[in-house]
Amino acid sequence: MATSDVTVDNDLRNAERALQHHFADMEQQQETSTFGMWMFLLTEIMFFGGLFTAYLVYRSSYYQAFVEGSQKMNIWLGATNTAVLICSSLTMALGVRAAQTGRRKLMVVLLLITILFGLGFLGIKGIEYHEHWTHHEFPGPDFHFETIDKTPPVDPTHTEIYFSLYWAMTGLHALHMVIGVGLVSWLVIAGWMGAFTPSYFTPVEIIGLYWHFVDLVWIYLFPLLYLISKKHGG
Amino acid sequence: MNHAQEHIAPESHLSPVGLYVGIWATLMVCTGLTVFAASIDLGIFNIVVALLIATIKGTLVVLFFMHLKYSSRLTMVTVIAALFWLFLMFSLTLTDYLTRHWATGGI
Repeated sequence: MATSDVTVDNDLRNAERALQHHFADMEQQQETSTFGMWMFLLTEIMFFGGLFTAYLVYRSSYYQAFVEGSQKMNIWLGATNTAVLICSSLTMALGVRAAQTGRRKLMVVLLLITILFGLGFLGIKGIEYHEHWTHHEFPGPDFHFETIDKTPPVDPTHTEIYFSLYWAMTGLHALHMVIGVGLVSWLVIAGWMGAFTPSYFTPVEIIGLYWHFVDLVWIYLFPLLYLISKKHGG
Repeated sequence: MNHAQEHIAPESHLSPVGLYVGIWATLMVCTGLTVFAASIDLGIFNIVVALLIATIKGTLVVLFFMHLKYSSRLTMVTVIAALFWLFLMFSLTLTDYLTRHWATGGI
């Protein structure tokens, strides 16, 4: 038997192993998994959507308090983090592509870079959180906010609502990032051990979808939380 | 590349690397643009511009990075359903909150 025949044989056997008995073929199985992931992302959109709705309601009620709260944000750290996430989405997309074309090592390298970007994002977010924490910009008994001299002055409890939403929305997003880093780490290990082939790479594809979704949420969080009004420093 | 393409599953769409890099570059430029736009006082249009840029970025991510452009009708309907439900949540909530002061007849 020629070497190429052995490879084809192995490929077929891999495909047979990957195909679950309740699906007609690999294509149907892949389609079903992708659809399932999109359904999950739909529930995620509604999950984050609840927080976005709360943001919408309170921002329209206490606009000035939201402006003053957002002025405590470090726009440059926020913008850097946006860029970091976009870069991570690129490496993720290229990683999925490498899985499609069966380039195992390239895929592992690209996914490792994606993890590094993810950890970089969390690190920068941590620096921001630390800053807000030491400046008493965390809702609760220690919350303290000096309103910028305006007439009428902003009620600090309204700014506290801004910070409650800031921590809840970015916190939930950061939790998704942590889970994403964990999932991609699993892909790296499984991928390195040869679990994926060009005919079966569904986990790479759907975890990719998850990763891009988390990027998508940040694309909205950044302008809504950091860029409310240009009047910085009052 | 043609050599590798022979091996992929029939329904799986393979986007060229250049497309991904192009989308990435556009997203980066848009991020710079949204920061720049926020530094100009446009009044109420600041939020409009910010959300417009975010939506352009989001659309690019969903269509190309998430392959929606090449996905089945079923997946497209799922995404449209998500947007529709989100729209319902926003709009029905706002019909309450934005009209409350009408009843008290002021402001």
